[in-house]
Amino acid sequence: MIAQLTRDERALAIVITGALATIGLAMAAGGRNDLMGSHGWIVLLLAGAVLIALMRGYDGPDPDPERLSRYYDDPTKVGVFLTLTWGVVGMAFGVWVAALLAWPDLTFDAGWASFGRIRPAHTSGVIFGFGGNALIATSFHVLQRTTRARLPDQLSPWFVLLGYNLFCVLAATGYFMGMTQSREYAEPEWYADIWLVIVWVVYFAIYLRTLARRTEPHIYVANWYYMAFILVVAILHIVNNLAVPVSLFGAKSYSLFSGVQDAMTQWWYGHNAVAFFLTAGFLGMMYYYLPKRAGRPIFSYRLSIISFWGITFMYMWAGSHHLHYTALPHWVQTLGMAFSVVLLVPSWASAANALLTLNGAWHKVRDDAVLRFMMLAAIFYGLTTFEGSFMAIRPVNALSHYTDWTVGHVHAGALGWVAMITFGSLYALVPWIWKRPGLYSRRLVEVHFWLALSGTIVYVFAMWNSGIIQGLMWRTYNESGTLTYSFIDSLVAMHPYYIARTLGGTLFLLGALCAAYNIFMTVRMRVPAPDDAISDAPASRPQLQAGE
Amino acid sequence: MLGWHRKIERNAIGLVLGIIGVASIGGIVEIAPLFTIGATVETVSDMRVYTPLEVAGRNIYMREGCYACHSQMIRTLRDEVERYGPYSLAVESQYDHPHLWGSKRTGPDLARLGNKYSDTWHVTHLYNPRDVVPESKMPAYRWLLRDTARIDDLGAHLAALRAVGVPYTDEMIANASADAFGQANPDSSEAGGVSERYGAGTNVRLFDGDAERLTEMDALVAYLQILGGLTDVARTADLAQED
Repeated sequence: MIAQLTRDERALAIVITGALATIGLAMAAGGRNDLMGSHGWIVLLLAGAVLIALMRGYDGPDPDPERLSRYYDDPTKVGVFLTLTWGVVGMAFGVWVAALLAWPDLTFDAGWASFGRIRPAHTSGVIFGFGGNALIATSFHVLQRTTRARLPDQLSPWFVLLGYNLFCVLAATGYFMGMTQSREYAEPEWYADIWLVIVWVVYFAIYLRTLARRTEPHIYVANWYYMAFILVVAILHIVNNLAVPVSLFGAKSYSLFSGVQDAMTQWWYGHNAVAFFLTAGFLGMMYYYLPKRAGRPIFSYRLSIISFWGITFMYMWAGSHHLHYTALPHWVQTLGMAFSVVLLVPSWASAANALLTLNGAWHKVRDDAVLRFMMLAAIFYGLTTFEGSFMAIRPVNALSHYTDWTVGHVHAGALGWVAMITFGSLYALVPWIWKRPGLYSRRLVEVHFWLALSGTIVYVFAMWNSGIIQGLMWRTYNESGTLTYSFIDSLVAMHPYYIARTLGGTLFLLGALCAAYNIFMTVRMRVPAPDDAISDAPASRPQLQAGE
Repeated sequence: MLGWHRKIERNAIGLVLGIIGVASIGGIVEIAPLFTIGATVETVSDMRVYTPLEVAGRNIYMREGCYACHSQMIRTLRDEVERYGPYSLAVESQYDHPHLWGSKRTGPDLARLGNKYSDTWHVTHLYNPRDVVPESKMPAYRWLLRDTARIDDLGAHLAALRAVGVPYTDEMIANASADAFGQANPDSSEAGGVSERYGAGTNVRLFDGDAERLTEMDALVAYLQILGGLTDVARTADLAQED
């Protein structure tokens, strides 16, 4: 890693990590009577370790100038392992929180292990740890291939990747200690949020700087999505996290907005974290890896344009469907519902574009589990967006809101779409960038595929059942006109489904473990790929373009 | 038709501006008017702010992630009003920085929990929910009785809340720690100031039944007992009765 940085970059890296370590020390000292102090030690320790490594490597020889004629994939390689690590850890926490709902005493009388604290550790672990690292790692890879330009320097990709993971570590450890803004999917406290903004600005700068150096006149559709992901997540993150800290050396802050405005801002953020983190970013992934793996051009350029601008425009209106029948003014609810329904058009345009791209390659889908992962992801994307539009309709939402149906919907998207497209892309990417003839075990990919599919189905069906039963029990009246069931009756009815969901999650986790093992063994293989087997085209060869 | 797009997709800055422009519209149209349209939040005369002890309790509620399983937002649906009480009004969370409306009911809604159960019930339930509700899935929060509540910095918390718009007076901020102590110790000299500053209806009690220490249990139960009780508007006004 360090040997590939130029002398100037090493010096700059030392300055940055030195500054970060100093901030960590200040947080540890100033916040010694507050939870922030522990985060100070974590920052100091991590930044200090990198700093020491940099100082030891500082005097090494300058990197080979030949490197500039090749793509820079090392950050992607490390990103792949970070993705898998966060994925396994985040999903394991998911299984644990699922089990807590069936067997609540699995908290073992420890505050950090109670449901309310490990639930955000699960959601952040899989969304930001697994999903975010996958997006960063693949975006660096896709960006270089589709622009036929190398990343602008060697330092900033590392800053983005490692800085982002520092944010994830602060988030997860913070929850265990009880630091949270209680904003769903935006729980980390104010200083972690500020740090993420800095990382994000550098990330966006990498994109612009690489695009400025591109040798391909058109910006490929995958990059539109990655850029929308970076830009809009920045807007959402900054507005939703506006807060006033209690003190400079205290973790606690109070949000700038309150009540109804705060709820609307939070769900404008919450729903568009789904849209631009979990949809736009992963559509970027799909638009590159699926056609590459299938060996087919994208079915329709026109559909990709309609879908892209439709998603970018309409999603931002849809957040208020999380607040149907609440104290939010009716007109905002109605707007949210209307846009959520129309949103089905651009969503299905993307799903159809992906599936129609496979026309002429269906035999590959049959034989190649990697491509099948991507195909299944597109199907789940289509199903989940349909379900989402449906659930946003006010009377449907009256039944589904506050129930497990929402949880099932989210997991159909997260397991079926996000995780499937990620695993498919990683399986395609790993042999390309490590220059291996193929994966360590194709059979293990098959095993993973069926574990993932069956786990998702068990999970989603369990939650559909429990959610709808719950919703119906809450509103059932008996003949004398009073409510038939007490709340606890509905909770008791959930028990078998909570066990089933734990089982479904476990199957999915086992699949992820297969992936981690398979990819680790692929990287360890010492067989160099024969030249013609490397489907990763060098910079001089023409690239796959959108069909026209 | 696609000529314009061929131009924009060759221009990185154009694409960036296009994305920002197109994505900003929805949020601006839906969120900005909520701050300017007066009717968004009702105006009521009897709305009070949280006491310092309730603020501390609310922070524990957030720390433990209670909002992940309990909503505080009764919807305008017949079954919800019959199960939980009058539907929630915007004004009731006017001073909630952040809001805790929640998105999931693994447990029941808590918007009108205040004064529904006794303090003893809450303490027993939080210590081990299955002692009072055998089928409960809620975690046991035993550490709330073990840990002392931190009240020395509550003045700074109130000041931060004032900075974001909650009308705490200088007097409330200056007496924050003493008021927190007084609210959980009705026999102490500090108790009188609490009702003076926050209203005669404020709960001043030994919430956890233990006069020796001010535990996190005191703070959390004080908060749970005020839920739905900052204003009476939802129970008294006509607007809450119609559906």
